[in-house]
Amino acid sequence: MSKYSLTILAGLFFVLAVGLSWTGTLSSYTQLILMFVGVNIMMSSSLNLINGYMGEFSCGHAGFMAVGAYTTSLLTVWFFTTGSVFGSNVLPPAWAVALFPLILLFGGVIAALVGLLVAFPSFRTRGDYLAIITLAVNFIVKSAIENIQPIGGARGFMGMGRVVNGMKAVADIPWMMIWTWIFAFLTVLLIKRFVSSTYGKGIIAIREDEIAAEIMGVNTRRAKMVAFMLSSGLAGLAGGLFAHILGYINPGSFGIMKSTEALVMVYLGGMGSLSGSVLSAVLFTLLLEILRPLQLYKWVVVPLILILLMLFRTEGLLGHRELTDVFPRLKRIFGSREGAHGAL
Amino acid sequence: MALFEVRGLTHFFGGLRAVSDFNLTFEGGELMGLIGPNGAGKTTIFNLICGVYHPTQGEVRIEGRNLVRRYPHQVTAMGVARTFQNIRLWPEMTVLDNIRVAHNYKLSYGFLDAIFQTSRYRREEKGIDRKAEEVLEIMGLRDYTGELAKNLPYGLQRKVEIARALVIRPKLLLLDEPSAGMNLGEKEALIGLIRWIRREFNLTVWLIEHEMRVVMNLCEKIQVLDFGETIAQGKPAEIQSNPRVVEAYLGKEID
Repeated sequence: MSKYSLTILAGLFFVLAVGLSWTGTLSSYTQLILMFVGVNIMMSSSLNLINGYMGEFSCGHAGFMAVGAYTTSLLTVWFFTTGSVFGSNVLPPAWAVALFPLILLFGGVIAALVGLLVAFPSFRTRGDYLAIITLAVNFIVKSAIENIQPIGGARGFMGMGRVVNGMKAVADIPWMMIWTWIFAFLTVLLIKRFVSSTYGKGIIAIREDEIAAEIMGVNTRRAKMVAFMLSSGLAGLAGGLFAHILGYINPGSFGIMKSTEALVMVYLGGMGSLSGSVLSAVLFTLLLEILRPLQLYKWVVVPLILILLMLFRTEGLLGHRELTDVFPRLKRIFGSREGAHGAL
Repeated sequence: MALFEVRGLTHFFGGLRAVSDFNLTFEGGELMGLIGPNGAGKTTIFNLICGVYHPTQGEVRIEGRNLVRRYPHQVTAMGVARTFQNIRLWPEMTVLDNIRVAHNYKLSYGFLDAIFQTSRYRREEKGIDRKAEEVLEIMGLRDYTGELAKNLPYGLQRKVEIARALVIRPKLLLLDEPSAGMNLGEKEALIGLIRWIRREFNLTVWLIEHEMRVVMNLCEKIQVLDFGETIAQGKPAEIQSNPRVVEAYLGKEID
């Protein structure tokens, strides 16, 4: 029974979030925050795969998010809406209901392919040098979009709101809330399964000692490629959701600031801790909202918190551990057959 | 056909000749020692064989198949396993996970199997768990299964490293200074362990060793390297009395 309690809890949360949004009990502002929490969970846990589990330092995660966001947005707007950029709709707007998740996945695949831009250099360099490359990829993606005028360039791209409205015309339910949390759960599940398989543990061995990993039979090139593609693909999914939640995107929102946010969440939660990433995504998103009255000073307070965290708790909230390791009692409820390092 | 053959192995680091014209043949079942002063090129030879470096010249064959210019994980899959001079376990992983990850060389399931936890994935993971526990049992490491590798005492870490190499079911086991950092009692135990795993797993063992007590006691044949060149080979007694070996280790007598 305890094996399923996490799934049950997640399901309960999902039903509540969607149900209360549907009845209108939650204000649209609260709904927005709730969806951002989901997107941020995807961002932090996917980045943790690289920075925490594989031990590389990727600091351009927002670049992959941008690729996913633009790919899905362009496709949905082209297919389902009538506008100045693509002309009249190709498919009936109602089809968006069925095709949206597929387009989202396609955006993830494209982001994963862009992830190869980082994966290939990672065969030859690591550490600081690879970090610079990830930074460069972030800038390349951002400036490339800024300079493609037909899709809005630096002004940004919109029309996704009409796509979501098209879905709402079919059935008036909180579509984006549903998709965001489904994909957030799937992301966490997918990463958990990956890192607890012998196959996926190869990337932890790379972090611990790459030469030993290679000599003891881990195909490090393939492992790095899979890890980078998985991580950037999931960031692409997050981007696609983000774009359709907001209804408007511009290259500026996928800059180094966004990448830093993802990094902060990973380090706040703890490297190599999936429950840490989820926890910190929730805390961080809420914190940013609570500090909103401070306006720009928010960006003084948040980094300050990070400095304090690094001083007093270098490992993050749950460094290399999961919630069940910190509170062993949880094991009775969320017991896992994997034991110490497998449980969420 | 010989089990393992090295022909004319030569390697340059820039202008430095680290290994020159190294030759070796194993018919199978040998216990061979490789000794030499510091910097003689011993570990370099191991690295050349394992695919860490690609040799400038020469060929290496196991059961007739060429090992040169392959990736390390491919060499592993062909039946060559090794341990390291300064222990290279994965410190933040448990002993069990250290052993499990070594099964990567022959995983038949892929990424999607792991994500969807297909029956192939479950079957294979179950097999890996069983085999890992078997090896830990045989090596007397059962009590440390869940321990992080870094928390084990030095002697046990060596043992885990050897266990990890055995998982690969190697035909040839390379041990790089297995007794480094061990006390007298641990060294005695190590000699017994190496003899025993060779018999038990039907291995050919090739070891680099500085500790003469261990080499002379353990090895049936010894090869001596100095400045990348083989200066002597033979039985332990012959090596001990060979003037060139004495010279390499102690220096030439001034007349």
